[in-house]
Amino acid sequence: MTPKQLSTVIKTVNLGKIYQQGAVPVPAVRGVDLEIGAGEFVAVTGPSGSGKSTLVHMLGGLDKPSSGEIWLDGRRVDTLRESAWALLRRKKIGFVFQFFNLVANMTVADNVELPALLAGSSPKEARARREYLLDALGLTERSDAPPSQLSGGEQQRVALARALSNRPSLLLADEPTGNLDSRNTRDVLRLLGEVHRDGQTIVLVTHEARVASLADRVVSLLDGQVIDDGTIAVPRRRSRGGAGDVVELR
Amino acid sequence: MRLSLLALLAKEPAHGYELKQALELTFGDAYPSPNIGQIYVTLGRLEKDGLVRAVDVEQSNRPNKKVYYLTALGREKLEAWVDEPTEGPRVRDDFFMKLVLAPMTGIADRMALINRQRRHYLSLMRSLNELADGTDQANRVAHLLIEGAMLHLQADLDWLERCQEELP
Repeated sequence: MTPKQLSTVIKTVNLGKIYQQGAVPVPAVRGVDLEIGAGEFVAVTGPSGSGKSTLVHMLGGLDKPSSGEIWLDGRRVDTLRESAWALLRRKKIGFVFQFFNLVANMTVADNVELPALLAGSSPKEARARREYLLDALGLTERSDAPPSQLSGGEQQRVALARALSNRPSLLLADEPTGNLDSRNTRDVLRLLGEVHRDGQTIVLVTHEARVASLADRVVSLLDGQVIDDGTIAVPRRRSRGGAGDVVELR
Repeated sequence: MRLSLLALLAKEPAHGYELKQALELTFGDAYPSPNIGQIYVTLGRLEKDGLVRAVDVEQSNRPNKKVYYLTALGREKLEAWVDEPTEGPRVRDDFFMKLVLAPMTGIADRMALINRQRRHYLSLMRSLNELADGTDQANRVAHLLIEGAMLHLQADLDWLERCQEELP
């Protein structure tokens, strides 16, 4: 069996993570075999403590597996050292967390351009990409502001723009709508849908069904194990142009 | 539908087709549009019960149209409806019965039942997303209705998760 396959972006083999809690080893992720193809949008869901955050942290090299393998773009990466991971993240992975780490003494625009520049884009490309992303998230007017002048929702959207700035092979997102109101959630979801249509591979952890239902595929975890992994059926439309039957008023 | 028609008629007298349009305009695509036959049947019953009355209005070059208006009894009925608290949704879930009973008989696996149900709920959520996208932003009534449906669905999914954690 060869894990190298052109269309596979990320693959795990029997991936596991055990945390040591005092003297007791606590398994957080157990025997996860996943294969995610280029352009797929995968939502990872499950109750709190089911291991979903640990799983994506391992996929991004932020947490070291206790067992198993991770392959990214056909290359084994779980054995890499931290410095090699840092390089890999810069080139191939975008990460959005519920809490964002924007560089405080740089403007919004510079925060978003930086990853593209680090990954080797020309200043002109980085700038065009930044303008597109900030526009899609309704943040153009905030370009010259420092992050400290932004609301939580705005900072979250800047963090998403930054994660997408280097056109990563893989976008990892951990509850990216966790502290957004419904309008900001809508903007974030719209951008995710847009970059996904452009071929962006996305793995997104969420407990919100509204967010999960936008993915092509939903992976459900329970006690660190995958209990379901499947595509979401696109609902059949009833005739009258509306899915009006979903809502029933008496 | 009886009471929504009474409420619309309390605003102004109207004929059946106007009532249908008023419902569609207010609730948008989120509301399954009632067919005109249903509206006339309901109006007929309301008239029989003395809650509305109809007058024939002559139209040039067209058959007469029946315009309905609210009676005093109808207004009383409407006020009583507005004044009483409304029952919330009850947990009367067919799926839960299935989930508890089917595995006992050995004809179904609980995990498979829950997984299938989760996928179904998620696909419903997807249609709500599409419905929200396709609904005019200015129609706040329709958007609130859709958001209500989403919150109920999220609660159903959370409950499903609880069932999965607790049931053997």
